[in-house]
Amino acid sequence: MKFGIVIFPGSNCDYDTFNVLRDVFHMETVFLWHKDHNIKDVDCIILPGGFSYGDYLRSGAIARFSPLMQEVKEFAMKGGLVLGICNGFQVLLELGLLPGAMLRNKNLKFLCQHVHIRIEEKKTPFTKRGEKGQVLRIPIAHFDGNYYDSEEGIETLIENNQIVFRYSEHNGLISDKGNVNGSKESVAGIINKAGNVMGMMPHPERASEAILGSEDGKIIFQSIIDWLA
Amino acid sequence: MIEKKIIKEHGLTEQEYEKIVELIGREPNLTELGIFSLMWSEHCSYKSSKIHLKKLPTSGENVIQGPGENAGIMDIGDGLAIVFKIESHNHPSFIEPYQGAATGVGGILRDIFTMGARPIALMDSLRFGPLSQAHNKSIMEGVVSGIAGYGNSIGIPTVGGEIYFNKCYSPNPLVNVFCIGLARKEKIFYAKAEGAGNSVLYVGSKTGRDGIHGATMASAEFDEDLEKKRPNVQVGDPFKEKLLLEACLEVMDKDLIVGIQDMGAAGLTCSTSEMASNSGSGIAINLDLVPQREEGMTPYEIMLSESQERMLIVAKRDKVQAVQEIFEKWDLEAIHIGQVTDGDKLKVEANGQEVVNIPVDSIVNLCPVYDRPFERPAYLDKLDQLDSLPLPENLNQTLLDLLTDPTQADKEWVFRQYDHMVQTNTALLPGADASVIRIKGTKKALATTLDGNPLYSYLDPKSGGKIAVAEACRNLSCVGAYPIGVTNCLNFGNPEKPEIMWQFKEIVEGISEACLAFDIPITGGNVSFYNETDGKPIHPTPVLGIVGIIPDLDKSIGPGFIDNGEAIFLLGNNRDEIGGTAYLKSQFQMEKGRPPQIDLEEEKRVQNLCLEAIDDGLLSSAHDISEGGLALCLFECAFLSAKKIGCVVHLSDNIRSDSLLFGETQSRILVTAPSHHLSRILNLAKERGVFAKKIGETGGAKIEIGHQNKTLIDLDVQTAFQAWKQAIPESFKIR
Repeated sequence: MKFGIVIFPGSNCDYDTFNVLRDVFHMETVFLWHKDHNIKDVDCIILPGGFSYGDYLRSGAIARFSPLMQEVKEFAMKGGLVLGICNGFQVLLELGLLPGAMLRNKNLKFLCQHVHIRIEEKKTPFTKRGEKGQVLRIPIAHFDGNYYDSEEGIETLIENNQIVFRYSEHNGLISDKGNVNGSKESVAGIINKAGNVMGMMPHPERASEAILGSEDGKIIFQSIIDWLA
Repeated sequence: MIEKKIIKEHGLTEQEYEKIVELIGREPNLTELGIFSLMWSEHCSYKSSKIHLKKLPTSGENVIQGPGENAGIMDIGDGLAIVFKIESHNHPSFIEPYQGAATGVGGILRDIFTMGARPIALMDSLRFGPLSQAHNKSIMEGVVSGIAGYGNSIGIPTVGGEIYFNKCYSPNPLVNVFCIGLARKEKIFYAKAEGAGNSVLYVGSKTGRDGIHGATMASAEFDEDLEKKRPNVQVGDPFKEKLLLEACLEVMDKDLIVGIQDMGAAGLTCSTSEMASNSGSGIAINLDLVPQREEGMTPYEIMLSESQERMLIVAKRDKVQAVQEIFEKWDLEAIHIGQVTDGDKLKVEANGQEVVNIPVDSIVNLCPVYDRPFERPAYLDKLDQLDSLPLPENLNQTLLDLLTDPTQADKEWVFRQYDHMVQTNTALLPGADASVIRIKGTKKALATTLDGNPLYSYLDPKSGGKIAVAEACRNLSCVGAYPIGVTNCLNFGNPEKPEIMWQFKEIVEGISEACLAFDIPITGGNVSFYNETDGKPIHPTPVLGIVGIIPDLDKSIGPGFIDNGEAIFLLGNNRDEIGGTAYLKSQFQMEKGRPPQIDLEEEKRVQNLCLEAIDDGLLSSAHDISEGGLALCLFECAFLSAKKIGCVVHLSDNIRSDSLLFGETQSRILVTAPSHHLSRILNLAKERGVFAKKIGETGGAKIEIGHQNKTLIDLDVQTAFQAWKQAIPESFKIR
């Protein structure tokens, strides 16, 4: 089982994600360079957080043109597991692998803090180790995490059970208070219809070691490992 | 012949000009004059401060590099070295808060990675005028966004810092940026230009007209012409810097270069001349080869530009191509613009003509040094005395006022705009006594803190200097870290005024005395003079950045109460010291009195006791008693506790109640421990010659502080917490 982490110019959670997979989960993990056309036979591709291309123009907008994205798309079409975290989620939206778009946070400020998210779907490769309704404490760190889609778009997501995580209060209550960035339907993470491409704004790699204050993020990586096993 | 007016506009005195003529044996041309004006500015030359800075202790067995390079370097074992430094960006942040602060971050990051270290954390010491004035709010909003915009994008966590408010910083804010990086000991690089014939490579952004005369601007006071100076401020591009960081670390890792220097203040001028001077070489460059953002730039403008995100590299001829390939990989260019030469000259060519030909030594090392006159300011006589003050009727209200004063209030509004977690090493979130950064692959962690109380320094500069060091070390002790090294940023008014020079001298002596007592060397720093607006100086503000080592991260503790029913101990003595406190300022709008005095030996005993008790695993939490005194300290312990645990405390000291609650007597730490550790802690304290006493117990949803037979404070933790948390956001609410 092999994980590949994409490095765009401006990625800055590439090593954080790499370290968790290698040192916490002892997985074979490689970096995938954005200019290459080679995904090195990996079983799961992770698009990490950061500011690809400085997030100039629009978050994730330039990264979608990176040469490697061709291969990532093909890999996803064939059912390969793709996880986009934070900026990686924004890239997946720009690539069209996931629906919707990101607006600025509702308070118009960058937000870095621990938040609570509720697992809405257990039947995905990314959450199978969790329980529906389970609340995870995981940090966010973004300026553009206010998820938006049209009414029909949101309805489709709900109908197809594509909303995987919602922002909540610590007890799992979905409310304006818990919805820190103002996302529609409190969306914190969604999956594609085929169920193999997921994007999430919170950073599970920042919540996978006790020393960092939470290990709730491990559920996501452990689920992928179980699924691939 | 250069006109006197032009010399003056370049911030040079006539005597300085005469010395230039003497050094180069002729009149300089305009470009050369520009070069001297930058390199001989206060900002680059330290001409007023040098004579006093020599008093600071700078050596120690773990010092790899002391002051004089881009940053200080210390050995921390395991083959690793830390590289750290603090820099001011006060003047640019005053003129354009967002870009001023952002490029402050960019500049200090380059200082760190130019030495071969990967930056692992940033911190800031910020000082603003009162938030009741819209202007100060907009400066603060801009500065915080600028720091966030740059640091978040490049992916270096901003793990904490301090924020003070005082009318002396209105409208001249202080923005001091600290950075620490980690390097392998054998991969450290210096600003060297060795080996005649080696290639000088220019990497990074193109050169534009921005920032021309930045260093001279930072060496002048502000007046009504402020707005005209706006084009002097540079504009930052954190994405470009991220690419530069990765590319530079890659070429350093592959041993392809001889030396490297960032282009910060004084840009191309400073980097070329310093690199050559450091190696006793000459250097020759051709400006036609320098990538330029706009057409028609003169040699003067190119040499003086402070465009950001640029570096100068010296590489062996046969390695140039390999270096260029790595930069190409990161979508950057490394362009050959000249070579190292024999001799001692900086030679610059443009359009086939020689436009500069001066000895590097004359620019870098031969700037005049001043022993400026100093005199004890008269204001001190008036401020020393405190008349008797009425005791507040409602101490609960006094306490709420203190903890909602922005200087003491929760800073989450600021910290959550910074990505403080990226790189996944942040073991203690911002807002604690110190920041704790684990070192992956070891049991160790680094702790860092910034400290400096402007009130103490204003009222008693020498004590202010000593306390700044002592308190920073105390902050480190509270998380279980042993202080190892210091960087400082000294912010003052105009040094040509004898009172300001006196403040400077006293504070430097105070810092020096304390560093010697703690046996910690100063490895670098920065002096920022001329922090005056319309002739009014800021309070003298020394900011000490101290780094400590936590040998075993598992043993480290934080400030918040951990559990109900634990014993609360006070390490150190309560004394009747009310002068210079946050309480006087908040309750009586008074900046008066003799600030707390410090006995450095007593201080060390208290800190060592705290460190030993943490190492023995006896303590659950520890928090330093500082602004707001014992009372505020207890509330902070409750606020920073995950469960918002309250406490009941009883005090018996024969001290007036407000002084006991809010006095800022030094050398005190509040710790908690499980009750069964009581006798071990008290015995240890006795053995170590420290006064320690159990003063209460944690538990409940209230904080009650009794004194002799009276209850002084009785407040609900949640009520106080909400007030503390909301104070700063409320100031920024749009009404």
